[in-house]
Amino acid sequence: MREYDVIVVGAGGAGLRAAIAAQEAGADVAMVTKLHPVRSHTGAAEGGINAALREGDDWHDHAYDTMKGSDYLGDAPAVEALTRESPKETIQLENWGMAFSRDEDGQVSQRPFGGLSFPRTTYAGAETGHHMLHTMYEQVVKRGIEVYDEWYVTRLAVSDEDEPEERDCHGVVAYDIKRGEIEGFRARDGVILATGGLGQVYDHTTNAIANTGDGVAMAYRAGVPIEDMEMIQFHPTTLPSTGVLISEGVRGEGGILYNSEGERFMFEHGYANNDGELASRDVVSRAELNEVNNGRGIEDEYVHLDMRHLGEDRILDRLENILHLAEDFEGVDGLEEPMPVKPGQHYAMGGIETDEWGATCVGGLYAVGECACASVHGANRLGGNALPELAVFGARAGRHAAGDVDEEAEITTGWDEDSEEGENVSPVPLGEAGLPSAEKGALADGGRSSPPTDAADGGAAAESAGDAGVVEEAVQAERTRVHYLLEKEEGINHAEVRSELQETMTENVNVFREEDALKAALEDIREARQDYQHVTVEDPSRTYNTDLIHTIETRNLLDVAEAITVGALARDEFRGAHWRKEHQERKDDEWLKHTMLSWNDGSPGLWYKPAVLEGEDKSYEPKERSY
Amino acid sequence: MSTQTEPPEQTDDETESTPEAEPEPEPRSPGQRRRDEKAARAAERDREAAEAEPDLGDDAITLKVFRYDPEVEGKTEPRFDTFQIPFTKGMTVLDALIEARDTYDSSLTFRHSCRQAVCGSDALFINGRQRLGCQTQVADLDSDVVRVEPLPHQDVVKDLVVDMEHFYDQMEAVEPYFQTDETPDGELEEQFQTPENREEIKMSTRCIWCGACMSSCNIAADDNAYLGPAAINKAYRFAMDEREGENMKEHRMELIEQENGVWRCQTQFSCTNVCPKDIPLTEHIQELKREAVKSNLKFW
Ligand SMILES: Cc1cc2nc3c(=O)[nH]c(=O)nc-3n(C[C@H](O)[C@H](O)[C@H](O)COP(=O)(O)OP(=O)(O)OC[C@H]3O[C@@H](n4cnc5c(N)ncnc54)[C@H](O)[C@@H]3O)c2cc1C
Ligand code: SF4
Ligand code: FES
Repeated sequence: MREYDVIVVGAGGAGLRAAIAAQEAGADVAMVTKLHPVRSHTGAAEGGINAALREGDDWHDHAYDTMKGSDYLGDAPAVEALTRESPKETIQLENWGMAFSRDEDGQVSQRPFGGLSFPRTTYAGAETGHHMLHTMYEQVVKRGIEVYDEWYVTRLAVSDEDEPEERDCHGVVAYDIKRGEIEGFRARDGVILATGGLGQVYDHTTNAIANTGDGVAMAYRAGVPIEDMEMIQFHPTTLPSTGVLISEGVRGEGGILYNSEGERFMFEHGYANNDGELASRDVVSRAELNEVNNGRGIEDEYVHLDMRHLGEDRILDRLENILHLAEDFEGVDGLEEPMPVKPGQHYAMGGIETDEWGATCVGGLYAVGECACASVHGANRLGGNALPELAVFGARAGRHAAGDVDEEAEITTGWDEDSEEGENVSPVPLGEAGLPSAEKGALADGGRSSPPTDAADGGAAAESAGDAGVVEEAVQAERTRVHYLLEKEEGINHAEVRSELQETMTENVNVFREEDALKAALEDIREARQDYQHVTVEDPSRTYNTDLIHTIETRNLLDVAEAITVGALARDEFRGAHWRKEHQERKDDEWLKHTMLSWNDGSPGLWYKPAVLEGEDKSYEPKERSY
Repeated sequence: MSTQTEPPEQTDDETESTPEAEPEPEPRSPGQRRRDEKAARAAERDREAAEAEPDLGDDAITLKVFRYDPEVEGKTEPRFDTFQIPFTKGMTVLDALIEARDTYDSSLTFRHSCRQAVCGSDALFINGRQRLGCQTQVADLDSDVVRVEPLPHQDVVKDLVVDMEHFYDQMEAVEPYFQTDETPDGELEEQFQTPENREEIKMSTRCIWCGACMSSCNIAADDNAYLGPAAINKAYRFAMDEREGENMKEHRMELIEQENGVWRCQTQFSCTNVCPKDIPLTEHIQELKREAVKSNLKFW
């Protein structure tokens, strides 16, 4: 077993920043990541980092914009931490050498972005994430932080007290992809999850193939509540054939959206009379689909984004990467023609419940970045607010895990006195599918040492063997699962289950949501879960077995897809990115609260917790959100 | 050696014959209906693909893929497998590989993640040239046969996966991180950089660590100690960044002037030709040579 003070799972922007901070606070840190750090999807971010840096701007304004953008489902202490600390973190990146675009006077450049009251999106061409990721990894190399790359974390080693709030996380179990060995990693002080997005739940997404929601699913199964999972952002400008993103920077610089009749529909059809193309993402996505549904789409599928009028110089200077993307992935020359675009899954606002230090209700377990829900984005994330989140909360959690913080959090985690039980809304059972008894334990990865429901396989051992015992037991459980998957002779391939799942999610749990469709999706997911009971890994090899990795990822996708859909069905209102056909108004009396889902050892339950609208020195009163 | 892969398996039938956990049959849900339709479509596709096999029509491609696994019987000797893949408009080589894996052989192994030429995972040797699978349109290859091999001059771990450790070691040998003598005092104080200087380093900062350049380089192939084009480009990125300052630049010049540095390059341009991010690598190396001469003169 390997031992460190702090173990960071994932090496995108959030994980790298957390590792640096923990190490600077004196901790012995290791990063465990399924991709080499520079392959993380942070590298795909294009548009920029919001930070109130300039004369005339103020982090309070950034906080206000973020709260409004969140449709009042953000938690003020987290929103304020983000906006207050983003300038410091952004300049920190500059000090580490990040190649930001520059103004004539040599300062870092900023541009307008949707939903912002000041042009505060700090950028490096249309490749901001690439620069940010590489700059942070360079700092990790400089500091000699140990990185286990191509090690896949499959389970958290969490103790097995009845209440999640009483449990502790002592480490993780990881599979060395190259050698095929399973090993335990013990964390003396903390485990920080930074596993990124879950876009592979859908088949049209801007997310990478590796974005499979592993961290969310693992934490969920270990008992940590997951929050506001229904809040999925669909980005209005993705290329129709691949889902590759065309940055909001194009609209920020003045790009215009047209329908098939050549109308500038954001204005001409009154979707956003003030901000037009730069309205919040949810508003623009719905507008586009509305145009298509009303017969004004091109090829019945997409609309046009035109940037030709910006001129070649400006495009080459600020948006060059967009030309490459449009050319390579859609065969369109953005200097000569408008680019076809349509909405695609882009970002998960919800995730693992944390406070404003990234801490979860399980002792020693943290989550940061896209897998976490602090919540800074509430029901809708503003463009340019995720990258600063990686830096700000990565740094905060790293320091906290290393024991460098003694401030109390304002945001509570886990069940508390303001929580309220939810009713079951699902037409089918949720959670663990019924298993043939011989296979129980192998596929029933409860995610912590041993589910109390299954005393037969040694439920008590964890307590007696101490912290290392918890890790050892988790290792054994994973060896059993992997062995089972590799040895099982007959069955189906996980890819079938994954595509069933993606199909139903894309059809039924998309931008426009209807009750019947959501219920149908839950039925489909249930079937997919049952099908998953029959998966096998055909590749018998211990060497670089991606068949095995993808099979485990698919299991994680099932858990997060179900959570998204249950949340979407429960929330019968329209807020931010979440639109319900039968409930087209925001219901503040009833729904200024977070949707929480707990795994409950395989029988998930819904509950609610009020959004925290009280900030440091002011309260954010819900207002009508118009752009 | 070439082997024909088996026809797709009838997995749907197998699923149905396996005992379900649910006791009673339910009416077909919309999802089930869709899946049935999908299965029918897939079967139809397979039939078409099978029919097309002897005479390749416009809508199928032949994918020949290098296979090797150090521990699986029948794969320990490298071989090529052939897959017939239905061609769809806009299909990339990565799409074709995914299709082959997900429908025919789930043990087919390759790295991939972003699908958009930023993660650098899928540099492969495609029809005799280093390219990113995700960035290569099948249609642009002008050939019905697509031959995919792992990057040459690197150890093969399995199938198309090569060992990247040596490449990473070289990248990390050039102190690939920003260093400067004077850091700003204030917490919110930035270092200024002229737009012109930013422009000068711009292309060098685009590297995605894919390893294509290193694989194409004859010198690197013969000599493991040579830093190689990507690492030298990384050194260039910092040496040319005015924010690092003169002292640091001198230190950097010493690093790349060492025995295994810039002077090994014989300006063959192979790296520049294959770089998927269009980085003018050879030019950068030449510029560093000129800088080195300049700074040496200064010390004389
Ligand atoms: C195309 C695109 C453009 C975007 N543009 C912007 C923008 O302009 N501005 C902005 O603010 N935001 C933007 N976003 C959002 C933002 O980029 C992401 O939310 C953010 O980068 C996520 O970072 P992360 O560190 O949480 O995760 P990632 O960067 O995805 O990293 C996840 C890490 O976790 C590891 N991992 C995952 N699972 C496991 C496991 N089981 N075991 C071990 N390791 C694991 C992976 O290897 C990886 O290193 C964009 C997103 C996309 C997709
Ligand atoms: S320089 Fe180009 S070819 Fe070489 S590793 Fe970087 S991106 Fe790849
Ligand atoms: S899949 Fe990322 S570069 Fe091709």
